[in-house]
Amino acid sequence: MSRLDALRTRSARPRTFLGGHQSLSVFLFAIAITVLLPVIATLPPFSGFGTQKDWVNGFADAGVYILLALGLNVVVGFAGLLDLGYAAFFAIGAYTYAYGNSGFTGLDIPFWPMLIVGALVAATFGILLGAPTLRLRGDYLAIVTLGFGEIVPVVFLNSDKYTNGTNGITGIGQPSIYGVFGINGFGFTNPWPYYITIVVIITIVVCLLYRLEDSRLGRAWVALREDELAAASMGINTVTTKLLAFAIGASTAGLAGVFFSSKLSSVTPDSFGFTVSFTALAMVVLGGMGNIWGVAAGAFIVYELQTQGLKQLNTFAHSIGLQNVDFTNYQYLLYGLALVLMMLLRPEGLFPSRRRRRELHETPAEDELTAADPTAGVAA
Amino acid sequence: MTTAVQEPSRTARISIDRRWNTPIGVAIALVVAYLLLVIAAGPQAQDQFINALTIGGVYALIALGYTMVYGIIELINFSHGEIFMVGSFVCWWLLTTLGFSGAITDPLVLIPVLVLTFVVSMAVMGVVGVVIERLAYRPLRNAPRLAPLITAIGVSFILQNLVFVGISNSIVTIPQIIPNPELHIGPINIRLINLFVIVLAVSLMFALQMFISRTKLGRAMRSTAIDREAAQIMGVNVNSTIALTFFIGSALAGAAGVVQGLYFGVTVFNIGFQNGLKAFTAAVLGGIGNITGAAIGGFVIGFIEVLASAFGYGRWSEAAVFATLVLVLVFRPTGILGQQLADRA
Repeated sequence: MSRLDALRTRSARPRTFLGGHQSLSVFLFAIAITVLLPVIATLPPFSGFGTQKDWVNGFADAGVYILLALGLNVVVGFAGLLDLGYAAFFAIGAYTYAYGNSGFTGLDIPFWPMLIVGALVAATFGILLGAPTLRLRGDYLAIVTLGFGEIVPVVFLNSDKYTNGTNGITGIGQPSIYGVFGINGFGFTNPWPYYITIVVIITIVVCLLYRLEDSRLGRAWVALREDELAAASMGINTVTTKLLAFAIGASTAGLAGVFFSSKLSSVTPDSFGFTVSFTALAMVVLGGMGNIWGVAAGAFIVYELQTQGLKQLNTFAHSIGLQNVDFTNYQYLLYGLALVLMMLLRPEGLFPSRRRRRELHETPAEDELTAADPTAGVAA
Repeated sequence: MTTAVQEPSRTARISIDRRWNTPIGVAIALVVAYLLLVIAAGPQAQDQFINALTIGGVYALIALGYTMVYGIIELINFSHGEIFMVGSFVCWWLLTTLGFSGAITDPLVLIPVLVLTFVVSMAVMGVVGVVIERLAYRPLRNAPRLAPLITAIGVSFILQNLVFVGISNSIVTIPQIIPNPELHIGPINIRLINLFVIVLAVSLMFALQMFISRTKLGRAMRSTAIDREAAQIMGVNVNSTIALTFFIGSALAGAAGVVQGLYFGVTVFNIGFQNGLKAFTAAVLGGIGNITGAAIGGFVIGFIEVLASAFGYGRWSEAAVFATLVLVLVFRPTGILGQQLADRA
C-alpha cells in the first residue's frame, strides 16, 4: 500500500513555503545562491584555491553540467528511460550555435534567439532519435541510445566539409546584451556575464521542470516509469509521453550546448564523447534520480569536486611530500566507486526524491525475505 | 500488495541453435561477403576475407560473454569490454615479464608459452569476473533493473581507470611471439597468426557449445536461465551457476584479450569500451542469449568493419556497426537467428 500512500502524500503536500507555485521560491533561492557562491569563494579556505574570477568562471562551467544533469533527469529520473547517449544532444546544441554564429557559415545570429533555436533543434533530434527506440525497454534502450551517442560525434568528426572535422568550428560569437549595464560582447576575461546568464537559464529551467513534474505530463511520466502496461491501460499515450521526455530532456542539453560553445568560442567533436553522457548520468544518480534540486546540487558538487577538489588534493599531497601522486587521474575511478557504492548502499542518491526514498526503503520488506534465503545458504 | 506485480515472462535464455538451415545460411552469407570483398578490394579480397574472420573471431569471443550473462541474469554487463581490455594487459605483462620481445621460432618454446599465456589470462579474468559478480551484481539481483546496469558502468570505469593509472596511459606494445610466415594451403594463402586465431576462436566456441549442451553444469546454466526459482527447487545451486557463467564468459573475454595482443600487437586502456560495444552488437545481432548467434554475430561485425574499410569508408566503420545495432534492435530485436522473443515492452 505504501506506493499508493506516497502518491497521496505527494498530491496533498503543501506546494511551497511561499504559496502559489514553486517558482517564487526557486527565484529567491537562485538569487541567494548567485550572491552567496562568489562570496563564499572569497572566504578561506576557498580563496586560497583561486581568485574569485577563477571560481566564478568555474561556476559558469559547472552550470553547463547542471543543465545537462537536469535534462537527463527528465529522461532517466522522471520517465525512467535510461539514456546513455545524452551527450549527442549537447553536441547538437553546440554545433547549432556554431552554425548560427561563426565565420564557418558566415552567419551572425545573436546568442539569445540561438538559445531557443538550439533547444528546438536538439528537441527535434530527441524526437528523431527517440522514435525508433519507443518499442524498446530498459537495457535495450540504454544500448541503442549509447549507439546513437557514439554515432553523433563520429558524424561530426567525419563530415569534414560540414563540420571542419577534428579541428571543429572556431571563432564562435559571444553573447551580447547591447550595451545594457555597459556590457556589449561577453569577453573571455570576464566570467561574470556568463555566470549570471547560466544562473538565469538554470533558474528558468528549474521553474519549468518543477511545474512539469506536477503537471499531467509529469504524472504520466511517473506512471510510465512504474508500470508501462498499467499506464497505457489508464489511457496514457505512451508514445507521445516518451517522445516528450526525450524532447524536453534533449532541449535542455541543447541549451547547455549553445551556452557551452559560446563560452568556449569553439566546438570540437571530442568534447562530446561518451564520458560526457556518463558524467551526467553519474551526477543524476549521485544527486538522486527524480529530484530536481537534488540532481542540480549533485551535479554542482560532482563538478566542483572533480575540478577543484582533486586539484586541491594534489596540492595537499605535494605539500606533504607525495610528489608523484596525481589525483586528477583517478577521476573515473572515483566516479566508478561512487556509482557502485551508491547503488549498493544508497540507491536513492544523496538527495532522494520523497517518492524514490519511500519506494526503496518501505516496500521491499517482502522481497528481502525471499532474497535472504538463498544467499544465506551460500554464505554459511 | 506491491509484490503482486508479476515479473514479465523471461525471454532471453541461454540456448544453442540447432536448426538445420543455420549452417546453410552461414555458408551463403560467407559467399556473399566474399563476393562483396572481390568487388571492393579486388586482388586483396582473400586477405581481407581472412582479416574479417580474424577480427570477427575476437568480437565473437567477447560476444559470448555478453550473451551468456544476459541470458542468465538479464544484465548488460558493461564491464565485460573492460575484462577483455585487462586480458590483453595480462598477456602483455606475462610476455614482457618472461622476457620475450620478438617471434619465437622454436615450436617447443612457442607452444608452451602460448598455452601458459592463454591459461593465465583466462584464469585471471575468470576470477576477476566472478569477483565483480559477487561484489557488484549479486547484492543487486532483486533490485530494480537500472541498479546493476549502473554498477556495471561503475565497474567499467574502475577497471579502466586502474589500468590507466597503474599500468599505462598510452598505447602499449605487446611482443609478437608468433612467427609470421605465410602458409600456402592449396589455393589459400594465410599467415600463421590468422590461422591460429581463427582455429582457436572456433574451437573455443565449439568447446563452449559442447559444455552448455552436454554437461551437467551446462544444463544447470540453461535451467537457471529459464527459471531461477524452479532450478533452485530442482537442486541447482543458482549462485554458483551464475558465478560459473561469469567465470566462463570472462575467461573467453580474457582469451579474446590475448588474441588482441598477439594479433594486433598493441593495447590501450580504453580499448574495451568500443570493442565491448561492438561485441554487444554482435550478441544482439545473433539474438541475445543464443550462443551460436553470438558467435555468428561476431563474424558478421568483423565483415561489416572490413567491408566498410574495403569500400573506402574506413572512418565510418564504427558508425556502420552502431547503425547496425540500432537497426537490428528496432526492426528485428530477436536477432538474425530470431527464435526467441526479445524483451520488448
